[in-house]
Amino acid sequence: MTGTLDIVYAEYNYWIYVTLMMIGFYAMIAKKNLIKKVIGANIFQTAIFLFYVSLADITGGTAPILPHGGEHVEHAADVIYTNPVPHVLILTAIVVSVSTTAVALALIIRIYNEYGSLDEDVILAARKSLQPEFSEYARQKGVAEVGDQ
Amino acid sequence: MKTLALLVVVITGVMLIYAGQDLPPFGDSNTDMYQHRMTQYFIENSESESGVSNIVTALLANYRGYDTLGETTVIFTAGMAVMLLLRRRET
Amino acid sequence: MSRIQESVIIRTVVRIMVPFIELFALYVIIHGAGGPGGGFQGGVIFGAAIILYAMIYGIAEGKKKMSDALDKILASTGLTIYAGTGLLCILFGGMFLQYGSVPLIPDNPALVSKYLIDLVELGIGTTVAAVMISLFFDVSPPESEEGELPDYEGVDV
Repeated sequence: MTGTLDIVYAEYNYWIYVTLMMIGFYAMIAKKNLIKKVIGANIFQTAIFLFYVSLADITGGTAPILPHGGEHVEHAADVIYTNPVPHVLILTAIVVSVSTTAVALALIIRIYNEYGSLDEDVILAARKSLQPEFSEYARQKGVAEVGDQ
Repeated sequence: MKTLALLVVVITGVMLIYAGQDLPPFGDSNTDMYQHRMTQYFIENSESESGVSNIVTALLANYRGYDTLGETTVIFTAGMAVMLLLRRRET
Repeated sequence: MSRIQESVIIRTVVRIMVPFIELFALYVIIHGAGGPGGGFQGGVIFGAAIILYAMIYGIAEGKKKMSDALDKILASTGLTIYAGTGLLCILFGGMFLQYGSVPLIPDNPALVSKYLIDLVELGIGTTVAAVMISLFFDVSPPESEEGELPDYEGVDV
C-alpha cells in the first residue's frame, strides 16, 4: 500500500492534469452551447501544456538561459538547466491554440448571426428545416419543435 | 446523453492514469528525455552555434526555424480568416 | 459609451500607460536573444497596449491609431521579414534559414546568427501584434451613435 501511495505522491502533477483534461473533455462532449465547447477545448489544451512543461522540470534546475555572453561558459557545467525542448514545443502549441480559438470564435459569431442561437440542437433543427436532407442527426434527435422560432 | 459522456470521460481518465504510472516522477533529472544526447547537445552547444544565450530562442529560431516560419504563417492565416469571416464591407 | 469609458481616472491612466506598455513590448522582443522574451510574447504585449487604448477610448478612436490597412500591411510585412531572412541566407550560398552563411561580420558566424535571430524575432513580433489587433477589431461590434449594439437583421436575440 505504501508503494501505491509513493507513486501517487511522486507523480501528483500528472493526476492534476488528467483531472483538468477530463473537465475539458466533458465540456467538449456534453455541453450544447458552442462557446462552452470552445472553453472546454481550451481547458483541454491547457492540461496538455502543463503536462509538457512539468515533464521539462528538474528539481533545482534553473531557466534554460545561459549567463551573459560567451566568456563565462566555463562554469556553465555547474548549473543544472531545465529541459528546453518541451518549452519550445509548447510555445508552438500555444500559438496554434490561440489561432484555432480565434477562428472558432469567428465562426461562432457567424453562426449566431445566421441562426440566432448558440445551442447545438437549435442550430441542427434550423438546418433541418432549411435543408432536410442535410441533417440526419437532427431528424434522429427529433428536435423539430424548437426549430420553428 | 450526459451519463454516456461522463462514462467516456471517466474511462479516458482511468486509462490515462493507468498509463501515467510509468512516467518519471516530478522533477527527476535521471530521465531518458533529459539525459538524451540531443538535449545535452542543445544545452552545451546552442550558444556557440547560434550566438544566443537563451536556449529556447536558439531552438525556436535556429534549429526549428522552419517550423517557426510555419507557425507565424498559421497565426497570419488565422488573422486573415477571421477578417474574411467577420469584416463588414463598406458599401 | 459605458460608465467605465467615462471615468477620468481610467482614461488618464490608460493614456499615460500605453506608451510604456509599447516600450516594454519592444524590450521583450529585442531581449529574446539574451534573456526571457521573444517575438510572440512581445507581439502580444504590443497588441494588448493598442487593444487597451481601443477599449477605453472607443473602437473608432483606436482605428485612428491602427487602421485596417496598416494592420494588413504590418501582418504581411512581419512574415516577409522572416521569409526574406531565410531567402537572404540562400542568396549567400547557405541553406534556408542558415544564418551563419551571411557574411555580415567576417569570421564570426555566431554573431551574425545572433543579429539575424533578432531580425527574425522582430518579424514575428510585428505579425503577432498586427494579427492580435485585427482580431480585436474584427470581433468588436460596430459602434452606433448611442453606443448601443446594432440589431442584426432577422435575428431574435
